[in-house]
Amino acid sequence: MSAAKTQTEDLVNVQVDGHWIQVKKGTRMIEACKQASAEVPHYCYHPKLTSPGNCRMCLVEMGMPPRPAPGQEAELDNDGHAEISWMPRPVIACANTVAEGMGIRTQSTLAKECREGVMEFLLINHPLDCPICDQAGECTLQEYSVEHGKGESRFLEDKVKKPKNVDIGPRIRLDDERCVLCSRCVRFTREIVDDDVLGFVDRGSHNVLTVHPDKPLANNYSLNTVDICPVGALTSNDFRFKMRVWFMRETKSICNGCARGCNILISSRENKIYRQTPRENNEVNSSWMCDSGRLDYHFLDSSARLTDPMIKKGKSHETVDWPQAVRRVAEGLIKYKGDEVAIIVSARMTNEELYLVRVLADTLETKNVDALKCHGEGDDYLSHKDKRPNTNGAKVILKLRSPGSKIKSIKRGIESGSIKALLVYGENIASKGFGDDVLSKLKFLVTSHILANPTAKLSSIVLPGSGYAEKRGSMINATGRLQLLNKAIEPPGNSRDDWEILQDINRAIDGKDFTYELADLFSEMASVVPALKGLHLSGVGENGVQVIETGETIPLLEREAQRVKQGLIVG
Amino acid sequence: MPITVERPKLTLLEKFYFPAIIKGLRITIGHAIRILRRKKKVTMQYPEEKWDDNMPEYYRGAPALVTDEHGRERCVSCQLCEFICPPRAITIIPEEIPSDDKWSKVEKRPKEFEIDMIRCIYCGMCEEVCPEQAIYLRKDYAITGHNREEMVHDKEKLYEIGGVREGLVNKWNKLK
Repeated sequence: MSAAKTQTEDLVNVQVDGHWIQVKKGTRMIEACKQASAEVPHYCYHPKLTSPGNCRMCLVEMGMPPRPAPGQEAELDNDGHAEISWMPRPVIACANTVAEGMGIRTQSTLAKECREGVMEFLLINHPLDCPICDQAGECTLQEYSVEHGKGESRFLEDKVKKPKNVDIGPRIRLDDERCVLCSRCVRFTREIVDDDVLGFVDRGSHNVLTVHPDKPLANNYSLNTVDICPVGALTSNDFRFKMRVWFMRETKSICNGCARGCNILISSRENKIYRQTPRENNEVNSSWMCDSGRLDYHFLDSSARLTDPMIKKGKSHETVDWPQAVRRVAEGLIKYKGDEVAIIVSARMTNEELYLVRVLADTLETKNVDALKCHGEGDDYLSHKDKRPNTNGAKVILKLRSPGSKIKSIKRGIESGSIKALLVYGENIASKGFGDDVLSKLKFLVTSHILANPTAKLSSIVLPGSGYAEKRGSMINATGRLQLLNKAIEPPGNSRDDWEILQDINRAIDGKDFTYELADLFSEMASVVPALKGLHLSGVGENGVQVIETGETIPLLEREAQRVKQGLIVG
Repeated sequence: MPITVERPKLTLLEKFYFPAIIKGLRITIGHAIRILRRKKKVTMQYPEEKWDDNMPEYYRGAPALVTDEHGRERCVSCQLCEFICPPRAITIIPEEIPSDDKWSKVEKRPKEFEIDMIRCIYCGMCEEVCPEQAIYLRKDYAITGHNREEMVHDKEKLYEIGGVREGLVNKWNKLK
């Protein structure tokens, strides 16, 4: 290995389990082992948090080349490395950084015995309640006890009893008996969300995690502590006892709660979503997401879901089949010309759907197209004030300079009678200033939504679409990143993917050829929209691609980058 | 490597196979005569007559849930049987035990536990996998019903078949 000699400024030679590798200076030993595909078991270490080194699970054997006496040259072996003299005691791999010529042994007798010892101590007071514990199946204590544990208990004394089922916040339950005191949750609340309410009290065997007596763990990011808890000590009230983790299928998607577009995993089983967890993307949400976004999936399972296309007959609606509904929409729209038709879209729609709206608007030759603006409260972490996930998509694809600016003129148009037909996609405009008196002036109102709502009630035709977890598509988030939605579950009843409905309407009016694949539609859109030029759906990938510059920064990521610079975290 | 099995060396009498045939015929005719003279009975008049008492210990009949000697339902709804079940006959919906319940420290129990007896193949995997010794294959074999719904055993029916089983592991009754 002649490469070993070429030691550059920021690379050092490290031997991991007998193999020499080059890693960046300042890398933690645990990360160097990871790069050498040698897994070091750990509980307290998390790359996005500081490393207090309190679980002792990552103990490894370490050695350095001996310092030569003055005037003496270091003895090198055939490969050009100085011989390592191993230290008699183990070191923790998570908080120590590598040095030139360092040797790490993760599989030596010393390292193995250390792990076995630590595991035995951790399991002394741990309850045998894996059958009821929600973490079972994704629990590192379970995994490591299989790999490194003894398999039987030598503990004869009475076990220490600790509080169980403790209510520490509105969304979280704590089981102190299962806690391994890794302090990940404590560090998360302190370092990431500045809500320092968790801590350890009492000493020795009676050491427990506890919450501040007057302040519950109620911040909007509290459920991230459940994700990072390596055991089942912190469990989510929403997911508690709902489904075992091994049954669930995970779908990579993005959150639709706000314009941030946090990357998520949707866990579902048999067409029902059970939970959403953040997926790491260091350009968007790091490893975190907010609780409101995470828990905002229950509406997909709501009893108010629209399941069939409906046409208004007299005062009530009647269910019809899709061909009939599409034909009626097309017939209704071509009666009016140009600017007599208005389209209000939602920035909840995917780029592909918005593109089809653009095609429809071009065919109908109307300029009355706008997306509803919906701003709420954002915060200094991840949550964005724009509560629609694809406002930038609407800007780029529908060529809107500021979404929401035409809504007033559309309303005036309806009131004056110059706009006679209105298409509403994915928004309940009845609650956004369009009262009964305004909407009843329309001759033709078509709504596409997933839930029954007052606007749908007034509509001539109601088209049931699909929710964010029931369709594929792309969206552009607040920082200008194009990201993909993926289908986790099927839409209920006869409701369909929105882009298919929109395409059916388009084709019923213009009679052109159908596109059968979303990927083809994306390519067609990319050839027309300058920001997406040269992109293909398959090329977007699970972490998305940057397509436009918005000049926005993500406060949480800024601070993380700062901490990486200071060497506090690995990142 | 092929294994060579030596053919047995036959005696002259064995090579000349008539004696064996006569021996066999004697046994057959003997049975026939005994049955004709009503000395021996081979047919059982089911369902008036049943051989339930002669059933072996290892007989695998309908799977059922059992309670312990304190009347606690043993199942904690870990869903391992649902996972292991080869024909996917088991469906469990778990729930949390309310805090005012006597067994609230167990935390979890099945809200609904259904075994579709049309699907069940009596393999006994559920019994084998259960970490709580809560599901057992009983000796019930005549599982009948007028329609498919009746063939689905719900929680109530499963406890009715299962009954109480004592002297099993009792980890929830101890301090921990």
